[in-house]
Amino acid sequence: MSDICLEFKNLTLGYQGRAAVHHLSGTAERGVLTAIVGANGSGKSTLMKGIAGILMPISGTCEQHFGRLAYLPQQSELDRTFPARVVDLVSLGFWQDRGLLGRITRRDRAKLAACLDAVGLTGFEKRPLDSLSGGQMQRALFARTMLQNADLILLDEPFNAVDERTVGDLLCLIKEWAAEGRTVLCVLHDHALVREHFRQTLLIARKLVAWGSTSEVLTSENLRRARNFHEAWDETAGWCEDERSNSSSVARQDDEPKQRVAAHV
Amino acid sequence: MYDAVVGPFVQYGFMQRALLGSVVLSVSCAPVGVFLMLRRMSLTGDAMSHAILPGAALGFLLFGLDILPMTIGGLVVGLVVALGSGLVSRFTVQKEDASMAAFYLISLAVGVLLVSWRGSSVDLMHVLFGSVLALNDEAIGLIVSIAAVTFLAVGFCWRGLVAECLDPLFLRSVSRIGGPVHFLFLVLVVLNLVGGFQALGTLLSVGLMMLPAVAARFWSNDVRTLCLIAIAIAVVSSLGGLLLSYHASMPSGPHHHARRGRLHPVRIFWSKRRACERAPVAPP
Repeated sequence: MSDICLEFKNLTLGYQGRAAVHHLSGTAERGVLTAIVGANGSGKSTLMKGIAGILMPISGTCEQHFGRLAYLPQQSELDRTFPARVVDLVSLGFWQDRGLLGRITRRDRAKLAACLDAVGLTGFEKRPLDSLSGGQMQRALFARTMLQNADLILLDEPFNAVDERTVGDLLCLIKEWAAEGRTVLCVLHDHALVREHFRQTLLIARKLVAWGSTSEVLTSENLRRARNFHEAWDETAGWCEDERSNSSSVARQDDEPKQRVAAHV
Repeated sequence: MYDAVVGPFVQYGFMQRALLGSVVLSVSCAPVGVFLMLRRMSLTGDAMSHAILPGAALGFLLFGLDILPMTIGGLVVGLVVALGSGLVSRFTVQKEDASMAAFYLISLAVGVLLVSWRGSSVDLMHVLFGSVLALNDEAIGLIVSIAAVTFLAVGFCWRGLVAECLDPLFLRSVSRIGGPVHFLFLVLVVLNLVGGFQALGTLLSVGLMMLPAVAARFWSNDVRTLCLIAIAIAVVSSLGGLLLSYHASMPSGPHHHARRGRLHPVRIFWSKRRACERAPVAPP
């Protein structure tokens, strides 16, 4: 069991008592690259916040068997007009080591420079944030994520508003992280990209549709089911209990991915 | 020149006090204003400055024109409004600005009611606009200690303040300090407003906070430099305001602001020009 990094047990997450992710169960293995796929409003970011501990579960648990977590929120959550330099943003990645008051040492600065180097922003330390392009900003944020030296890395739509070359570079970094034994969960919209680069996929539509190897998950049948779930949910606006008792077919489909996950682990 | 600029401060004790009070207040208020501005809370300072009125008025009604009860009253009511609106926004659907608007309007109404209930309009003017030229030892002591608290708090929490403004979700993923830092910051805002209200009055003390910060934003692209520039602007315009009011024998509180406001269009023009001269660097 030591290769399990995250274990969801009937996890339900939401805002102000209204659930956005329903009854999620399953496990994520250590050192595996998993794509999280789903329509807008299907609960991908909510799930990320739940894992990051920003959102407390309404019910169920998310058992964590890892040391350190790095969470990269969507770029839109960040205030890009804030008058700071690249080094100020990236050095937030030292927080888990240095906290509020710890001094950032010369060795830390060297580490930071090396991370900027790795993301292709050599010598950008003093640049103001508002002078960065979308791609450069995302590179800087990846540098911060690297500095966190985490076992579990959560990336929320890291390739939004980012050009192809940058996507390629950042994907290389993500693969390196996985090769180093880090677990990476990455929210994505581009299915072609997922098929090409991600071994595992979690398809979500407010509840788990399928979770397993990418080729088995991203089938037209599963995607259609995800769409149906999503539409069905909009009508009943939130309360999963009714939905589960009303529709036996939904309940049956709910069991299916669990078996698949079990088969995979 | 010497007589006009240095003379008044050498000759008169009240001018020395006013100078000391204004400079210390400037150093303390300006950085708080910078963070208020960066968090898009520029008007929160304004709301808070109205909110502390009933506390000050209550102190005034019960104990007369004495600085300590008025200050404590203002502090308590200001904190209740700040924490109340913060809590309401955290636990309900209400946004923080909306709940703060509700709290401060109620607070202001109660304040005006209290002042006009048992006070003359002269008293009201004093509470609303302060009197920087009549600062006593107690008031100076209060201003200096508030400045010291602000300096220490901003220094210790600097990293948290920056992270909370820049990337709040990230901060919440690595630490639980975001909430406490936010509340501490609101406390600092209230403290500085209360510190300023002896000198500038409840309504105008927010000017010393916001105007230098907003003006400084035209000049710099870095938080640290912003704070320093804002302090410099605040000190210089306080000095100018004091001198002008001394020579023209006008009320000094509003004067500070008129000066800062008058400089504002000039600054906008200058910084626009500077921005044009500095050709934008093309990203590689």
